[in-house]
Amino acid sequence: MWGILRRSAVDGGGFSASSLRRTRSALVSARSYASGSKEMTVRDALNSAIDEEMSADPKVFVMGEEVGQYQGAYKITKGLLEKYGPERVYDTPITEAGFTGIGVGAAYAGLKPVVEFMTFNFSMQAIDHIINSAAKSNYMSAGQINVPIVFRGPNGAAAGVGAQHSQCYAAWYASVPGLKVLAPYSAEDARGLLKAAIRDPDPVVFLENELLYGESFPISEEALDSSFCLPIGKAKIEREGKDVTITTFSKMVGFALKAAEKLAEEGISAEVINLRSIRPLDRATINASVRKTSRLVTVEEGFPQHGVCAEICASVVEESFSYLDAPVERIAGADVPMPYAANLERLALPQVEDIVRAAKRACYRSK
Amino acid sequence: MAIWFSRSRNIVFSLRHNLNLSGILIKRDYSPRPAFTNSQLSSKSVCLDSFTSLRHESTAVEKQLDLVQQSDEEDPQELNFPGGKVGYTSEMKFIPESSSLRVPCYRVLDEDGRIISNSDYIPVSEKLAVRMYEHMATLQVMDHIFYEAQRQGRISFFITAVGEEAINIASAAALSPDDVVLPQYREPGVLLWRGFTLQEFANQCFGNKADRGKGRQMPVHYGSNRHNFFTVSSPIATQLPQAAGVGYSLKMEKKNACAVTFIGDGGTSEGDFHAGLNFAAVMEAPVVFICRNNGWAISTHISEQFRSDGIVVKGQAYGIRSIRVDGNDALAVYSAVRSAREMAVKEQRPVLIEAMTYRVGHHSTSDDSTKYRAADEIQYWKMSRNPVNRFRKWVEDNGWWSEEDESKIRSNARKQILQAIQAAEKWDKPPLTELFSDVYDVKPKNLEEQELGLKELVEKQPQDYPPGFQI
Repeated sequence: MWGILRRSAVDGGGFSASSLRRTRSALVSARSYASGSKEMTVRDALNSAIDEEMSADPKVFVMGEEVGQYQGAYKITKGLLEKYGPERVYDTPITEAGFTGIGVGAAYAGLKPVVEFMTFNFSMQAIDHIINSAAKSNYMSAGQINVPIVFRGPNGAAAGVGAQHSQCYAAWYASVPGLKVLAPYSAEDARGLLKAAIRDPDPVVFLENELLYGESFPISEEALDSSFCLPIGKAKIEREGKDVTITTFSKMVGFALKAAEKLAEEGISAEVINLRSIRPLDRATINASVRKTSRLVTVEEGFPQHGVCAEICASVVEESFSYLDAPVERIAGADVPMPYAANLERLALPQVEDIVRAAKRACYRSK
Repeated sequence: MAIWFSRSRNIVFSLRHNLNLSGILIKRDYSPRPAFTNSQLSSKSVCLDSFTSLRHESTAVEKQLDLVQQSDEEDPQELNFPGGKVGYTSEMKFIPESSSLRVPCYRVLDEDGRIISNSDYIPVSEKLAVRMYEHMATLQVMDHIFYEAQRQGRISFFITAVGEEAINIASAAALSPDDVVLPQYREPGVLLWRGFTLQEFANQCFGNKADRGKGRQMPVHYGSNRHNFFTVSSPIATQLPQAAGVGYSLKMEKKNACAVTFIGDGGTSEGDFHAGLNFAAVMEAPVVFICRNNGWAISTHISEQFRSDGIVVKGQAYGIRSIRVDGNDALAVYSAVRSAREMAVKEQRPVLIEAMTYRVGHHSTSDDSTKYRAADEIQYWKMSRNPVNRFRKWVEDNGWWSEEDESKIRSNARKQILQAIQAAEKWDKPPLTELFSDVYDVKPKNLEEQELGLKELVEKQPQDYPPGFQI
């Protein structure tokens, strides 16, 4: 059954993915990227990043279910087995606890594993190794044991996969000191952040999004270079604006940009910040933006309580209170396990209209 | 190189018989494999060739693993299934849940410290034997004094290894210093053997500024990368798949070393036990898994922990060579661990050792085991089945140890440990700056800011902090 689900997800079935793709092409021309005429899917971006890092450092190896012969459950590791062999592209038995533990042990001993979870929902079976071993070892051992490991895989909602395949774990992992948590949006993000994660000596949780894998983005020459790397802990201002700040990450960045287009038609200039890094959170960029616009709308797909948005709101209220002209607005997924039915699923996730309405509320243009 | 096991053939023959395999058509040809000599194995490795070939090849074509040898009276037809050929039988017979005879225990010294005649074992020189005994005695003294220190309220917590001194020291003595140890928590003797000083143990327990662990962990959670001993981690059995990962790393880097990891009888119930052993076997990683079967997991007796014949029988379920050894017999433990280590490194495979013993002490200072077990049971093991006494008798019988040496080592150890504790207790705790370091490789800005903020606060409000509070 999971095989069927997996295949439909890979094909990008489900209406939110296809609608995303249709509107994507309209936006490409409007986006202010570097002047590259090349385009790359997020999938290829991730694949090329892993390939280049494996080529540069023999200690890097990939491990996970179906990463080798199957070419990756989502084809992210396509071609790597043929290129690097079965010792560096390791197909594991089905035990998240097992291969996560092994990855942590290998990292303790000096290798650099890139551990793939078929979805971060399955990382729950291994979360003890991630938190109690990977995240805390450097601290507990007083710097004697460092863990240069990357945990990556799809996170958050896909399309029609139900409660146990749709949760967003950004808030869970980002609450733990010792971990770094990244969430790419575009192909450039995917390349730069994954390369940075693999090179980083600390454990990194790399939250991808299944529906973005097939998305194409323009990519600059600089980003295609094998030494390209993005700094961890810096957010990117995707669209500059002066009336309201919208912060978000992963797939919601696309929704926020669309919302910004709609708002522009109504005379509201929205600044869209792509967080890129959930831990460490780029509070400086967020606060600087809010001090400029005086209004904040923060968006995420995950559950509302104790979410990433809650942290951003707290940070802004603590540091930029006197600059705020309106209460902070938080948009998150519904406080229910993700339902399967397509209409219910759509209602359980933030949509472009929700972002537009929230921005207008923040600008006192609507109730 | 060493005296290899000629008795093993007998052991395994009874093993095959005991597991009642005669009822099952799948008869594995045991005769080449259990003779643990390299030459024998390489010549008879026919059964294992298919296993040891590259996984890449094995994924390409369905392997014909010719493991089966038919017994004479069965129909010599075979069925082809993924995983290889398998014979069939029309007689419906279930493999029994346990064999009538338990797997025997390998032992060399009897209770009076005399070598059992015709024993296979690796000889131990006088120098090594004396060093081993000294460490066992020191460990005993250390356990006693630190336990008392906790009872006096000087340290918050302690775990003793009373009754398991032979496992601790003999296993450590059998390993090379390059072998990477991933402990559970009842193996401080391994660290002691490798050179961690009594002062360092005391510093860790008091969490003072001299502690190399910077006071980050509760007592007995020692670790030292200089000694290739990973920091003790509280969640049970997580070290098992991690050991497989360390083994894999050693294998990839072609090092002459293996990973060695310890687990108790209770820890084998964890999912990580299954994952760790299964994986180590599939990856062909050089790992020695040592299970200290001491009968108790806090208050859970082994009869409530599993229904198998201990842990040794589980090795075969994963395709791992295993042995059951008398954990209170230092010579047997030494020979078994030394051989297992050689096998792991030379043949790049995991090995499982089940060391039978008894947890004489309480689980920890937070436990009072008289609440769930008979006091005379504890006394019996403490007095009549004491591994330290047993080994001492052997060393004394050889003329390598005297009463004088005995009182000297004990009083020296006692003096050193008391001094170490007194010193460790007096020293300051780590400075404030160590609160914020090592969270990441490089201290991030938010922690730098927090540290600065805290420093300023302490300077501004010194009355809220203890006198001499170090920043």
